[in-house]
Amino acid sequence: MTDQMTEKEMESETTEEVTSENSYQHWRLVVDEQNIAWAHLDRADAAANTLNREVVTELDTILDQLETDRPRGLVILSDKPNGFIAGADITEFTAIENEQQARELIRRVQGIINRIEDAHYPSVALIHGFCLGGGLELALGCHYRIADDDAATRLGLPEVQLGIHPGFGGAARLPLLIGAPAAMDLMLTGRTVSARAAKKLGIVDYAVPNRHLLAAATSVILKPPPKAHATGWRGLSNHSLVRPLLARVMRKKLAAKASPQHYPAPFALLDLWSKHGADKQAMLRGEEHSVAQLVLGDTAQNLIRVFFLQEQLKSQGDKKLISPKRVHIVGGGVMGGDIAAWCALRGMKVTVQDRSEETLARMFQRAAKLYKKKLKQPRLVQEVLDRLSPDIDGLGVAQADVVIEAIFENAEAKQALYRELEPRMKPDAVLATNTSSIPLQVLSEGLERPERLVGIHFFNPVAKMQLVEIVTAPNTDPAVAAKAAAFTRHIDRLPLFVTSSPGFLVNRVLMPYLLEAVVLESEGISPQVIDQAARDFGMPMGPMALADSVGLDICLSVAEILSQKLGVEVPPRLRSLVEAGHLGCKSGQGFYRYKNGQPERAKAGWADFRPPNLEDRLMLRMLNESRACLREGVVKNADLLDAGVIFGTGFAPFRGGPMHHIEQSSADALLEKMQALRESEGERFQADPSWST
Amino acid sequence: MAENKKKVEAVSTAKSATKTVRKVVRPVFIVDGARTPFLKARGKPGVFNAANLAMGAGRPLMARQPFEPGDLDEVIMGCVMPGPDEANIARILALRLGCDKRVPAWTVQRNCASGMQALDCAAHSIAHGGANLVLAGGVESMSHAPVLLAETMVVWLAGWAQARTLGARVKALQQLRPAHLKPVIALLRGLTDPVVGLSMGQTAEILAQRFDISREQMDTYAARSHLRLATAQDEGHLAEIETLYDTQGHFYTEDDGLRRDSTATKLATLKPVFDRPFGKVTAGNSAQVTDGAAMLILASEAAVKKWDLPVLGRIADSEWAGLEPAQMGLGPVHATTPILQRHKFGLEDIDYWEINEAFATQVLACLEAWKDNQYCRDELHLPDAMGELDPSRLNVDGGGVSLGHPVGASGARIVLHLLHVMERNAAKRGVASLCIGGGQGGAMLVERD
Repeated sequence: MTDQMTEKEMESETTEEVTSENSYQHWRLVVDEQNIAWAHLDRADAAANTLNREVVTELDTILDQLETDRPRGLVILSDKPNGFIAGADITEFTAIENEQQARELIRRVQGIINRIEDAHYPSVALIHGFCLGGGLELALGCHYRIADDDAATRLGLPEVQLGIHPGFGGAARLPLLIGAPAAMDLMLTGRTVSARAAKKLGIVDYAVPNRHLLAAATSVILKPPPKAHATGWRGLSNHSLVRPLLARVMRKKLAAKASPQHYPAPFALLDLWSKHGADKQAMLRGEEHSVAQLVLGDTAQNLIRVFFLQEQLKSQGDKKLISPKRVHIVGGGVMGGDIAAWCALRGMKVTVQDRSEETLARMFQRAAKLYKKKLKQPRLVQEVLDRLSPDIDGLGVAQADVVIEAIFENAEAKQALYRELEPRMKPDAVLATNTSSIPLQVLSEGLERPERLVGIHFFNPVAKMQLVEIVTAPNTDPAVAAKAAAFTRHIDRLPLFVTSSPGFLVNRVLMPYLLEAVVLESEGISPQVIDQAARDFGMPMGPMALADSVGLDICLSVAEILSQKLGVEVPPRLRSLVEAGHLGCKSGQGFYRYKNGQPERAKAGWADFRPPNLEDRLMLRMLNESRACLREGVVKNADLLDAGVIFGTGFAPFRGGPMHHIEQSSADALLEKMQALRESEGERFQADPSWST
Repeated sequence: MAENKKKVEAVSTAKSATKTVRKVVRPVFIVDGARTPFLKARGKPGVFNAANLAMGAGRPLMARQPFEPGDLDEVIMGCVMPGPDEANIARILALRLGCDKRVPAWTVQRNCASGMQALDCAAHSIAHGGANLVLAGGVESMSHAPVLLAETMVVWLAGWAQARTLGARVKALQQLRPAHLKPVIALLRGLTDPVVGLSMGQTAEILAQRFDISREQMDTYAARSHLRLATAQDEGHLAEIETLYDTQGHFYTEDDGLRRDSTATKLATLKPVFDRPFGKVTAGNSAQVTDGAAMLILASEAAVKKWDLPVLGRIADSEWAGLEPAQMGLGPVHATTPILQRHKFGLEDIDYWEINEAFATQVLACLEAWKDNQYCRDELHLPDAMGELDPSRLNVDGGGVSLGHPVGASGARIVLHLLHVMERNAAKRGVASLCIGGGQGGAMLVERD
């Protein structure tokens, strides 16, 4: 895209005289010889385009200028190689102090987009890369949208992920453009679509190869076709007689996934559409009121906080420190194999060493399944599979930039393996272990250079869990740890530095919560009730279902290691289930019975009794352990702890993380609950000393 | 090697006297190689197409090199019948291996010797300074050989596409005959010589008749091939095989055409398949129809030094010969003899032999031809018989009859395996040779220090 644009620019700059002097900081306006105005957005001092106050103000000035210039048409495009516009600048959200301020901001942007829509000249949004949130809302205000059909093009309105909904006219315009069912689906889930899918849905008028983008925009401006809008049953879906019915169906579907208390935004959006539907002006006013309210609410504020926590985690790894091309994984089991598959998907050449060909074959099969799901096109699947090599003889070690050990948890076996690996590795290659329970200090014994061993601890399922713990012992070389964190950025994961203490952060915080669930279950509370309580708090999955999916044998072994070191009691029920061979999903029975991988739901009955302190018993143990981790310095600060627990366990994101939640819901009140529970339930509810400080 | 080459002399044959003397500028080293297990075609397309087979050998081979695929100067593959999506399969392999886009790649076809042709081209390139590092070999997925529409059907379809009106369509439909639907099995066509109109099996029958080779001799030879392969598998003598993994959780470690229970008595019960009902060549004493890939890395001295590569052996000489298509099985005799003459070797000077087993009788016929005074005088222009080739030094770990003959790959496989046999036995000299459908022979002399 950039190549072609440069050509076009050169052409236009040399041939026409009308070119305005460039007084803009973020925009570049070029009027070509056919009197088409090309507004190039290129935010100064930023890698990606976002909409902030300055950007929209300049756009407003450009529109002023065009009112006098009277061009044939306007094309809005981005000079950033990575995309069109990523959305509103979220840093500005945090500066909003009151509803009035929020409404003014929204009204202002809406007004500018309305200006484009109402202009006497045709306008085109020329889209490549990401076109999200406010970016797409701006594009929806243009008369036409043309997208690059490259795989990198993604369009969507993901506002709900930040606890708000589209407010710059997206909620008003998208249903009218493509019909309510598709529009609401996109806005309620926040999912993004490819250029081709967007064309099919009707969001864009054309999805064309990059080489035709400029020609397509020119052609549309010179001969404007009729503007697109939803027709037939799609158009009918916005009718006032249809809306209540449709809204009811959608609300039911939505309620199955999220609760209005935890996530009010999608419900507010649905109400808004159901009320105003096809009345664009009313919708715009509704957006303004609704978003202004939502953005100041706890959910949005906490989700915005999570967004910044994520950015903070990203910044923990500096990609420039390493350029990993080849990765060697030892151990092709579920973890090792899935790490390998993920690295190959992210562009690395990966060799996987394992003694068993059966294991390698299963690894390869799982990888193929993942790639088919992610990439769909057989050609792309093949391309990634070609980067993934089963390597029974471990020949890939010598060329690897990163070597990750993911064999079974046995210190001697790991030490023996490192002795074999170390002399064969490149001197500056990273040697990492995926151990979840053995201290690095023990593992690095016997290494020629013990300081080179670092932990890169992934979570299951690797393809879904974004967090990776970067584990360091006191003797770990900080440069090696920094490289390990940099590596995780290359594979698009979020690094979190943790000390090599038992369970690190995530498993340690999870374990008391899981064990409390086991105690509750052995007291006769049904697993479904326990899981429901956790979900009511906002956990994505209940502890019983989580234990079953991780595998009870694995839970037990982690629990045993932690119990020795931290004095946690392992409930006998867990041990007896494992001894009986009930290991969870994989064996067909754990706390639940499984049929074709799905848990069978027990019938409602006496077991549905839910003790009033159920949620507290589960969550307070997790919160208490979080405090202990922070006090011991497992992670550097409370924000990183919150980030780690949210991205590592799925901890209710709208609560902003355990430490933030404690603060918001009053530490004193929680401490009182802890003390009461200690009296009724025992010493495991002993409050961490940090509560009282 | 260069010294040997200087000694090149055109001996008594009129033909070789007219040949230009080949000058070798630089030695050619073989530094590594790998192959897939050879998987027997079982009546339907196998799990791996040719490109995936080539990757199955090429990927692990390249993964263990100290250089990147992009450091290769060239990729050359032999393949007789690539699939419709595999035009210039060598280029597909090169790109899929992650070679730099600038690494050129080409595919060669000399029927059953395509894999050896690829090695010869690579060796040539290196010897003459055109390249330092070449990936060469061969691949064939015979089970994926295309099944085609009959030409009459193609003509009918063209007419159908033009029939626009209902009347025209009805008329077109009336012209469709059951015979139109009879598919053309490209594999069977490929194994038939279109010039002399004989199937490869029939050329083997001709050799059996000419050298009076009995059914019992053929079956005994075939049983021995299976026995040798079984021993080689048990003793781990096939280290060049890389396990293949499919995406369904299966893996393939060994040549699966091996029949451990094979005996001459059992083979004697099979019916002849080419000259029915009185012939002698059966499915049991012929090479199996098989899928597989084999490839080697060839390097110049400079590349060996630059990357500190281990040397498996050198390609010292090669030869291609033509002969009567109806007796194509004797190709190895015609291709090998000039090499022996050039180097003043007798059959006994070669430590180990690989003569591709297209048919048991064809290998036996080669040995007979060299023993035959008249054949050597008339056909090879030798003063007398060449002599006897010690069968204990020939195809010591089995061959096409037991492990199959994926036509594009075999030429590379026998050179690779020969080098492993020589390494195992600390031998210095070996010859690999194949007969080629259409009446040719190819041979390669390899040496180790």
